[in-house]
Amino acid sequence: MSELKEHNYNYKVIRQFAVMSVVWGIVGMAIGVWIAAQLMFPALNFDTAWLSFGRLRPLHTNAVIFAFGGCVLMGTSFYCVQRTSYARLISDKLAAFVFWGWQAVIVAAVITLPMGLTSTKEYAELEWPIDILIAIVWIAYAIVFFGTIIKRKVSHIYVANWFFGAFIITIAILHVVNSAALPIDWTSFKSYSAYAGAIDAMVQWWYGHNAVGFYLTAGFLGIMYYFVPKQAERPVYSYRLSIVHFWALIAVYMWAGPHHLHYSSLPDWAQSAGMVFSIILLAPSWGGMINGIMTLSGAWHKLRTDPIIKFLIVSLSFYGMSTFEGPMMSIKTVNALSHNTDWTIGHVHSGALGWVAMVSIGALYAMIPSVFGKAKMYSISLINLHFWLSTIGVVLYIASMWIAGVTQGLMWRATNPDGTLTYTFVQSLEATYPYYGIRLLGGFIFLAGMFVMAYNVIKTISNPGKADTKIPQPAH
Amino acid sequence: MSDFWSGYIIAIIAINIIGCAALLFFTRRKKSGAEENETTGHVYDGIEEYDNPLPRWWLWMFYITIIFSVIYLILYPGLGKFEGVLGWTQTKQYEEEVATADEKYLPLFEQYSAMSIEDLQNEPEALDMGQSIFANTCFGCHGADGRGGIGFPNLTDDEWIYGGTPDDIVYSITEGRQGAMPPWGETLGEEKLSAVLHYVLSENEVERTYREELVEEGRTTYQTYCKACHAEDLSGNPAMGAPNLKDDVWLHGGSISMIKNTIRNGVNANMPPHDKILGKHKIHLVAAYVYSLSHGDEEQSN
Repeated sequence: MSELKEHNYNYKVIRQFAVMSVVWGIVGMAIGVWIAAQLMFPALNFDTAWLSFGRLRPLHTNAVIFAFGGCVLMGTSFYCVQRTSYARLISDKLAAFVFWGWQAVIVAAVITLPMGLTSTKEYAELEWPIDILIAIVWIAYAIVFFGTIIKRKVSHIYVANWFFGAFIITIAILHVVNSAALPIDWTSFKSYSAYAGAIDAMVQWWYGHNAVGFYLTAGFLGIMYYFVPKQAERPVYSYRLSIVHFWALIAVYMWAGPHHLHYSSLPDWAQSAGMVFSIILLAPSWGGMINGIMTLSGAWHKLRTDPIIKFLIVSLSFYGMSTFEGPMMSIKTVNALSHNTDWTIGHVHSGALGWVAMVSIGALYAMIPSVFGKAKMYSISLINLHFWLSTIGVVLYIASMWIAGVTQGLMWRATNPDGTLTYTFVQSLEATYPYYGIRLLGGFIFLAGMFVMAYNVIKTISNPGKADTKIPQPAH
Repeated sequence: MSDFWSGYIIAIIAINIIGCAALLFFTRRKKSGAEENETTGHVYDGIEEYDNPLPRWWLWMFYITIIFSVIYLILYPGLGKFEGVLGWTQTKQYEEEVATADEKYLPLFEQYSAMSIEDLQNEPEALDMGQSIFANTCFGCHGADGRGGIGFPNLTDDEWIYGGTPDDIVYSITEGRQGAMPPWGETLGEEKLSAVLHYVLSENEVERTYREELVEEGRTTYQTYCKACHAEDLSGNPAMGAPNLKDDVWLHGGSISMIKNTIRNGVNANMPPHDKILGKHKIHLVAAYVYSLSHGDEEQSN
């Protein structure tokens, strides 16, 4: 029996991750829409501590990044690593532990963050007991992933797996270093960071920006490198470009964190180093976009019939746009205008919704039928509808936040001829208000698309077929 | 920064930048003999790879960012202890901007600082400047219109906890104020607490409903515990920041339950000092504006 099993892919854990990706995507984005509404209508916190913006905002970010994004990354990486290595995951039990352990982390986040239990480190808010669980689950994830690579049946490691591998190793290091903290006692969910002052800030943003670079970029580039050539049925444009931009990307991203701390108590030299490496980062980032888009070229006619390709190509466009915007915002003079404004929120969402969510959605639509034994999704036209909802939603979101952010930045710095400030803070809020409305609408439309997806997925998997899990012989 | 760490920083920055340049340099050419549209020969799950050369425009973009970075790190601080050719620091930039602003704006501020706050009431431009400072610095507690809220004094009503002369206002802004009403709940107990509340209500200048039968006991309690700060006739004591209890201005809420709460639990009210935040010239202007909120009409009619 085990002999037989060894000749088949483990799709069970992928099915689990795929379904939970959709579930957590809806949960995380719904909370996002809710807090966007709170910014317009503060009464929506109902004077209840655990419904307030300060508690729900970290829940939103954790849910979309670690719950939705995490399930997508784990599911797709397990799918990709098996199929491109021609090998079953090394351990079904460990893979199951990764799934259930990760769900436990998410549930713990859903409980503790609204209770106000937080380390206060952005994107690393979870307190120390949960951090320990994350570390254990992550090590298990790494063992399953790299163990499967080790027993691959082809001599080379496919480029998608390099990106997944870099993401897994780096996140482990980032998480352990940044979460180092001293609990006040062994029974409470309260700890203090191992670092103090400017060093704490630097460690936090070294973590924070590399979470963007390795989790939200390298990991999802892994998805791109598998699903784009697969869906386009075209060879990857350039093996050489993939090597060059991979090594440049992972070397340079490590440096970019200080651009979050311009004009602060961080020493000048560190700010400058962060800025120049952020600018150098433009080309390595675009390497992935070029490779993806050029892979699709030659298959443009498929855009007419295959909305999954539309998701992939538009996600690459947003990826290129936000990785151009990022280096630009890291320039000190630009940052002096953009810092603390809604421009940053717009930038993050052009990456998070436009790139991360859309490439994930495209990949899920491609992967779900395969692992549930179906030829294709229940409805292609619903995928098309979802595509348009997503695209319109993102565009409304980021355009409104650009305008709002630049408006805020200009109003905050405007001075009268006598040297006093022209506007009060409240006036800048008032000017922002209509754009908060447009942002809420954009977010709501994007969320509506996720419900369309949920319906389509339920219809697809409610009558699953027999998935073809047999591992073929490598081509040579 | 020690020489070691400076050298370490320079080394790792240089290795990273030179490493990128070298990576590009050694991979920039197409493999000799490779055919157009020839794949590497690797196949993964049906996926093949072309080995196209690096796009030229991309390669140049990469080179240009590297050249920019090298120039930037020569001009600005970045390489460890090396200060950069321009000698720029963010502290110097700040100091220069402040000096430029002082040069431009200080004469006007000094001109107004030389005038008394009463005289500034006839200088609409000075009051506008004061309002702008108020709207950006004071509004968070005292409200955009200066009417305050629970715990934050109304500045428009000419009732002053710490005195309303120009000097008093300037002092309050510059040095801040600390109001401390101790909690009386345990000392008094519920019965006396109610009594003293109804005594205070009975003395109010605005008629309020109160329980007649408690007033006598309340008066005795008041004379024992409260008069030291709030004065025998309830008129308060500006020197201590003890508010007048007769004028129907209730800083911490005027409902029966809120007044009771204040007596029971006490209050720590804190106006932070603004000498370092605003400086004396701006304090003078914002004090003139605050003064105008309760004196504006009177001055104009003069």
